[in-house]
Amino acid sequence: MDVAIIGAGVVGCAMARRFALEGARVCVLEAAPDILSGASKANSAILHTGFDAPPDSLELSCMQAAYDEYMEIRQSMNLPVLETGAMVAAWTEDEEARLPDLLAQAQGNGVTDTRILSRDEVLAREPALASHVRGALLVPREHVIDPWSAPLAYATQAKALGADFRFNAPLTGARRDGDTWQLETGAGPLMAKTVVNCAGLYGDKVEEILTGAPSFEIRPRKGQFVVFDKAASEHLRTILLPVPNDRTKGVVLTRTAFGNLLVGPTAEEQEARDRPDVTTPELEMLIAKAVELVPSLEAMPVTAVYAGLRPASERKEYRVHADAELGYYCAGGIRSTGLTAALGIARHVFALWSESNSLAWSKPNDVMAPWMPNLAEHLPRDYQIPGHDGIVCHCEMVTAREIRAAFDSRLPPGDFGGLRRRTRCAMGRCQGFNCLGRIASLAEGKLSAPILPEDAA
Amino acid sequence: MSMTCDVAIVGGGPAGLGAALELSKLGLRRVVVLERFGEAGGIPRHCGHPPFGMREFRRVLSGPAYARRLVHAAEDAGVEIRTDTTVTAIRPGGVLELATTQGPQTLTARRVLIATGNRERTRAQLLAPGVRPVGVMNTGALQSMVYLEGKRPFSRPVIIGSEIVALSALLTCRRHGIRPVAMVETRDRPQTRRIDMVLARLMGVPVLTGAELLAIEGARRVEALRLRHKGEERRLDCDGIVFSGRFTPEATVARQSDMVLDAGTLGPEIDAEGRSSDPQVFVAGNVLHPVETAGHCWAEGRRVAQTIFRDLRKTPEPASGARVVPGKGLRYVVPQRLAAGSAATLNIRTDGAVRGRLVLSDASGRELAARSVRSYPEQPVRLSVPALESHALSGDLSLRLERID
Repeated sequence: MDVAIIGAGVVGCAMARRFALEGARVCVLEAAPDILSGASKANSAILHTGFDAPPDSLELSCMQAAYDEYMEIRQSMNLPVLETGAMVAAWTEDEEARLPDLLAQAQGNGVTDTRILSRDEVLAREPALASHVRGALLVPREHVIDPWSAPLAYATQAKALGADFRFNAPLTGARRDGDTWQLETGAGPLMAKTVVNCAGLYGDKVEEILTGAPSFEIRPRKGQFVVFDKAASEHLRTILLPVPNDRTKGVVLTRTAFGNLLVGPTAEEQEARDRPDVTTPELEMLIAKAVELVPSLEAMPVTAVYAGLRPASERKEYRVHADAELGYYCAGGIRSTGLTAALGIARHVFALWSESNSLAWSKPNDVMAPWMPNLAEHLPRDYQIPGHDGIVCHCEMVTAREIRAAFDSRLPPGDFGGLRRRTRCAMGRCQGFNCLGRIASLAEGKLSAPILPEDAA
Repeated sequence: MSMTCDVAIVGGGPAGLGAALELSKLGLRRVVVLERFGEAGGIPRHCGHPPFGMREFRRVLSGPAYARRLVHAAEDAGVEIRTDTTVTAIRPGGVLELATTQGPQTLTARRVLIATGNRERTRAQLLAPGVRPVGVMNTGALQSMVYLEGKRPFSRPVIIGSEIVALSALLTCRRHGIRPVAMVETRDRPQTRRIDMVLARLMGVPVLTGAELLAIEGARRVEALRLRHKGEERRLDCDGIVFSGRFTPEATVARQSDMVLDAGTLGPEIDAEGRSSDPQVFVAGNVLHPVETAGHCWAEGRRVAQTIFRDLRKTPEPASGARVVPGKGLRYVVPQRLAAGSAATLNIRTDGAVRGRLVLSDASGRELAARSVRSYPEQPVRLSVPALESHALSGDLSLRLERID
């Protein structure tokens, strides 16, 4: 292999696509049974403009390059954008006083279509907001995307270009032998000239295996979310962001591409990298916060709750570095803007690689864009097209045809979570009350981590 | 396939099929049941154990056998059952938007009956703590796996909840070689009659009441449930968790159709005849009152069908009458509105077990109906209300519980 990519989160998927597009023979090693199984499975699904990113940072340039690339490729891949815009809403006098600084930062970051809205303008745009809102910074191009179909599309394109995805393959050992890495994995050995560390929550551990001494330390930061019933999405069109301050992070209220309304995340430091626990008091706090900002959400049913772990490090910035001699590249510490920035991070790492390697690969001639099944609520869904063989999951209107297509796809799901992310089955109100039996039957023998226990018959 | 009908019934469970049968028997020709699954029959389809059918067929049947009989009875009477047909919205004027295997369709009905039933609350809705491994499900999912698909999702689960459906979960387990580790109730007593817990004891399943859930554990599959019981932290090793009971209406269609919903039931608000806030839409079954037996829903469907039949000759009117406001200690009351001139039965749920007196009074404080009550927590409580005169209905009616314990 030319390039081994460790980790199939959103960054790893984008990395695999980039190197495959550049002509490399790529292998992706993933510890879990499917892509997007760590930090990437839980986020707020916002496509950021970078308006509030640190000025002149790598994070900002990656986000902005990625934003443009996403917009460029999304139509050919059938990836949705729910054009919502965002408002950084001020609820106190202090917060209101900070809006001009935020505006200046946004303008400085090149997000020049931002502007400050008066209280009346805010309420005209979002009449359901609590009346004590004082004003907001409007960011028209912050939008909502499908956080799983996008990276799946990147991975699918990489696979179509010949990339090899190995699942249940954690990196367990590594040795540099001349100009080649000898990698030991849970799924056998692998040789590669270059290794790119996209291991997210295990980025420092992987770096330790590769270099002997990690240059950064992952400090997982948990974010819990509550997903409200689809009826809630009528109550808010625009993404509602908090004014950042030093004491509290504040929570985001946003529609999802799937027609729900999401509130979160919390920001909780913890040691464990594998425990995205939801906790009742924090979930109750999120619901109370949502009702405080949008009072008509009182008594709105909850559809789902989840928690994600962000791969934060001991420093705020991305931990991207390279050792060309060693053939080692690291995209670490991508703590919360990874979904937006992944395409840009991949370009950046490839640029780092190119600086010290003369390109021996030939770019592929025929690059087909994978046409992704649409799961977004605002666009036509499969159940609206005749011949779908019946709806299996009624809460999310998922057809038998869609579930079969997921299993027949180039990168089929490896576990139930992967099937859910690819089709939305059992993701809705009843969480499988009505459909779990049928799904278990459709999935039988098709997942490397099955829904039913091995001995079940 | 016809684009119009006299009555469209949304949901082919006991309430919907009971109503369809009754309408056909009354001589109505164009009655259509819209069923989103591939087979009508509703929840009894996957309750593989008796008793069903006492009220309807005067014999004891298993759920699936009962569901089949309901379907045959309706079909024999001339009802058209369209399966794999999902109603996505009901527009004013009786226009139903349908998702079918042939794509989107509309159906216009002179009257609509919503009979979409209910479901159990999920771990998400209960905000239950912990990680999210495979193997956490409701009784409904367990039963559809076992009875409809012939699969066994786990072998030693913990069952959370102690309503009647938890006993149904126990029976399902027993019949399929699944050995529950424990029954866990977060409230301080079983939610059925205490005698019902004998089943758990006979099966050797410990019942832990007053437990606080601390975390669901497990990397990929469920490995344990951690909880606090009697002041002590305990870890129950298990390979599945069943969240049973805590039913909530399957009111999506009503919600998406902008009908008025009741804050107590979370289902549509109705008057004593089953009318909703939409003049052409009636409601019956467990979407109104989580949760009653299949037999109750079937009988209610038939009753509302008679009203619909009479209503077809009139100009449609929305639910009307004075609002019944439940007081402290009462979770809900159905119907939510009472009109003058005809007797009614209020269907009431209390918060937990109560002893005391239930009193319905008018705005001036005059008692209209009362009864003593001694209930276990999830017990349906009925209050008969005589035909009221219009002066009693000039303001809200209040329903209060005078506790004596």
